[in-house]
Parts: sequence; C-alpha cells; structure tokens
Amino acid sequence: MNRQEILDGIKNKFKEEIIDYFDKYEKRVFIEIKKEALIPVATYIFKDLKARFNIATGTDLRYHMEILYHFTLEDINLMVSVRVKLPKDQPLEIDSLTSSFRGSDWIEREIHEMLGINFIGHPNLKRLLLADDWPEDVHPLRCDYQEWDKKAVRDRGV
Amino acid sequence: MTKTIVPIGPYHPLQEEPEFFTLTVEGEKIVDIDVRIGYNHRGIEKLSERKSFDQSTFVIERICGICSTSHPFAYTRAVEDVIPVDVPPRAKYIRTIIAEGERIHSHLLWLGLAGHFLGYNTVYMWAWKLREEILDVMEILSGNRNNYAMFKPGGIRRDIKAEDIPVCIRKIDSIVPTLKMLLKAVTDDPVLHARTKGVGIMTKEEAIDLCALGPTSRASGVARDVRKDSPYAAYDTVDWDMIVTHNGDVYDKVVVRILEKLESVKIMKQCLLNLPEGEIDLKIKDIPPGEGVGHTEAPRGETFHYVRSDGTNRPVRHKVRAPTFMNLPTYQVTCVGEMISDATIILAAIDPCYCCTERMAVRDHKGKKLLNGEDLIKLSQARTEQLRQKYGK
Repeated sequence: MNRQEILDGIKNKFKEEIIDYFDKYEKRVFIEIKKEALIPVATYIFKDLKARFNIATGTDLRYHMEILYHFTLEDINLMVSVRVKLPKDQPLEIDSLTSSFRGSDWIEREIHEMLGINFIGHPNLKRLLLADDWPEDVHPLRCDYQEWDKKAVRDRGV
Repeated sequence: MTKTIVPIGPYHPLQEEPEFFTLTVEGEKIVDIDVRIGYNHRGIEKLSERKSFDQSTFVIERICGICSTSHPFAYTRAVEDVIPVDVPPRAKYIRTIIAEGERIHSHLLWLGLAGHFLGYNTVYMWAWKLREEILDVMEILSGNRNNYAMFKPGGIRRDIKAEDIPVCIRKIDSIVPTLKMLLKAVTDDPVLHARTKGVGIMTKEEAIDLCALGPTSRASGVARDVRKDSPYAAYDTVDWDMIVTHNGDVYDKVVVRILEKLESVKIMKQCLLNLPEGEIDLKIKDIPPGEGVGHTEAPRGETFHYVRSDGTNRPVRHKVRAPTFMNLPTYQVTCVGEMISDATIILAAIDPCYCCTERMAVRDHKGKKLLNGEDLIKLSQARTEQLRQKYGK
C-alpha cells in the first residue's frame, strides 16, 4: 500500500472518531481522535499496518492535557502521531495501551507520574523515574508546578 | 526451593539511565525480574523549556556521555522539522561522519566490556586500544574527544579542513584489520559460542511487541534501522548494508555490533572522500509555532525528540526518549529462565549502563550479603574458564 491508501484507510475506518486531521508534509501526519477510540485506532495502526510505536508525549497545555502517540510506518517512511486531548475539568484518565502491546508499559508509567494522568487497565502503574521521597500528588511537568521542597529552595535557590 | 532476591544497582552517573534490578532467583535460575530507574533523573525536559533553541543543544549533549552526538542530532532534526527545512549537503555529510565515528567508538567500548565480563581481557584491551584511534579522529575533526558541540539547528558549528581528511582516513583504515581479527576471534572460539549462543534469547515477535530498537532488535531478525527506514543526513547517498541476524541471543548481538562497525567505517570513509563543497549553516532566525519530531539512529537504537514551539525562542515542550528506555524492558523476556552467571552478559548485551552490573550484590532472604559485583564478574569469568578447560583450549 502506498501512503495515500494507508491514510485513506485510517480516515475511512475511523470516520466517526477522527476530530482533526493535519497532513504536515510527506513524512508527518497528525491525527486527533476522541479519547474513547484510542485503543482501536492504536491497535489498528500497530497491528494491522505493522507500524512501530516510537513513544508517547504528554503535554500540559493549560486548558487541557494532550497525549501524542507517535507511530512510524517504516515501509513508507511516514510518522503518524495520534493526538488525544484530555480536558482538565474532567477526570484525567485514559485507556492503557498495554493490552495491545507491551512497549507502551514504561511510557505510561512515566506520563502517570510526570503529569498525573491515570491509565485505566495498566497492570503495574507504579513509580518509574521520580525519587521515593517525592510527594504523590506533585507532578513536575504540569504548568502549575510549584517547588515543594523547602530544602531545595534554600540549597539551590530555586 | 527457597527464593532469593538479588538486587542489582542502583546507580552510576555515567549513562542517562542507571537502573536498579531486583532479580528473584531459585538456586541458580532467574525466575522473575523487576526494574527501577530514575536514580539519575535530572529533569532535562523541564530544563530545556527554560533555554532558547540554541542553548538547549548544549544541555542535550550532556544527557549521555558516550552517545553525545545522537541527542543533539535528533534535537536539531526536531527543530528543523518544526519549520520544516533541509540542511545544506556539506552539513549533512559532516553530521553523518560525526555520528558514525561515535557509533564505532561506542560499539568498541561495549565489545571491550562484554569481553571483560566473559573473562576475555585480551578482547577488552584490543577493543579499547582501537577506540583510541577513533577518538583521535574525532578530536581532529571536532576538537573534542567527546561532547563534540558540532550541532546547531540549521547546520553545524565547525567545518572540516581539507588537509585533515587524509590523516583521518589513514587512522580509520588502520583499525579495519584488527576489527576483522576480533570478528574472527568471536566467530571461531568454541568457548565463546558455548557461553553466548542460545543465551538470553528474544524472539522476533517479542522484539516487535516490546518495541525493541537498534542492534537489540536487529539481532532478533527485525530489520529496523532509522538510517534505512527514514533516511536522514547522507545515509541515502552512501552505500552501506543493514546488519540483521535471526537468533536473538547474546552471540548475535555481539556479531551485529562488530559487523556494524565495519559498515560505519565504510560510511565514514565514503563521506570523508565525497565531502561536497558549500555552506554548512542555514542561519535559522525564527522558529514558527508548530510541532516537530526528530529521530536518529544512535549506537543503541532510535533516539527520539519531540519539540513544540509557540513562536518564541524557547520550546514549550521538549520530549526526550533515549533508546535504552525501550530496550530495557526486554529483560522481562531475556533474563527469566537463565542462570545467574549469565545475567551479567545478558544485562550487558543490550548495551545499557554496565556500571550497574558492577554494583551487583547477592543477598540471601535474611539480607545477609553473599556476593557483590566483583564476585559476580568473577563467577561469570570462572564459568568461561570451566568451559575453556572442557574444550581443551
């Protein structure tokens, strides 16, 4: 299949779920979907289109949280980034992709502690990167992050 | 049988991801493994958001001490991807030369340490001696043995002088006979075969499922290399082969890395000989609002950077994903069911931070210390010695 057929295939299969579609240039495509449709879309791209899961990127954008799942279609040199927006007035949670492929295990743990997003169905959502004495409810990559460690303020002048 | 917990770790500040492993063993056999990372978490993603696009390059370079080119390379590609622009051909070639030189010296460092863990200290000395030659080449080309500071969004910072090229080619050529000798030594030695063949196997399906990258996946038969799949810099203009083997054990990972060095020598020489004339820098002034993704093939696999710009001179979000982040979870499939004396080499086979394995300690269930890292390396070396006597070498 060539590039256009693959992209048309995604667009036709998930007509209802796709909110926004942005074809940046021949190597990059950004697709925004509804958050309920994440598992079918990601599984379709990973399993049926035989894409490689690069990584997910979580970003705090003040009014909503955003997770981008990057997939590379190696045969046609195309990176498809699936965008999911999580409004802040609703509970920050999304389905975990670990049931589809194990490669998403660690990055979901990382996003969970950095941004405080809950991944429903993740088998092992424990701490990965932050120190053991870091408070549970402080998430360092959020916009409203405040230095919580009084000692750090004194020692490092943060 | 009594289960024993073997903690390995926690950290050494050399690589970007120091690890803490908890191996559960029954006698000599590993039955479960758990990994904890983050002992050297420095918040570089957050730090990068407070620096301008040019300044970030230097912070990023210090993420990893060994592959200090792959991160700025991926980052500059991500920034160029926001616009998007293509850098001048001369800059592309010089970027390729630096990246391949780094691959050779990183793989040599790994080969030396792998030899050391297996009790082949001659391999260790030979490999690190060769590595010096490559570091000399890098010093001639960039002025530094490591942390080259050659990259900037839009091009490179420092040109290569024409009179330096012959001496570099001579030095690169001088390592090829020894590399071939090392390859022969590895493929001919029955003891090394007995020690590494069939150990720590990862199948192709597991490699795809766990999204393994780089030599780790290529040893399992997954033909996956960013340089071939989405060619960047000068990789689509030079002639080279992707090395893929199919067994997925430690032996194959060694062979892939040795053969890859020979390919890197080929790429480096072709780029040095065919260096095009022209500009080396685009002099990018403004970064428009938007998103960019850059990925390059580092010695250990794909390095991935994501940059989001809002039109100011700082990134709003900068995501860094090092290859070990995807390769580390493969321990779940490679280590379970293996002997504890093989753990050192399996853990080393994906090329993570070896320093962790040096800090291994075996404790029994009451917490009494039985073995430490040095003992484990000795255990590993003693096993090779046994096999050596068995084969009468």
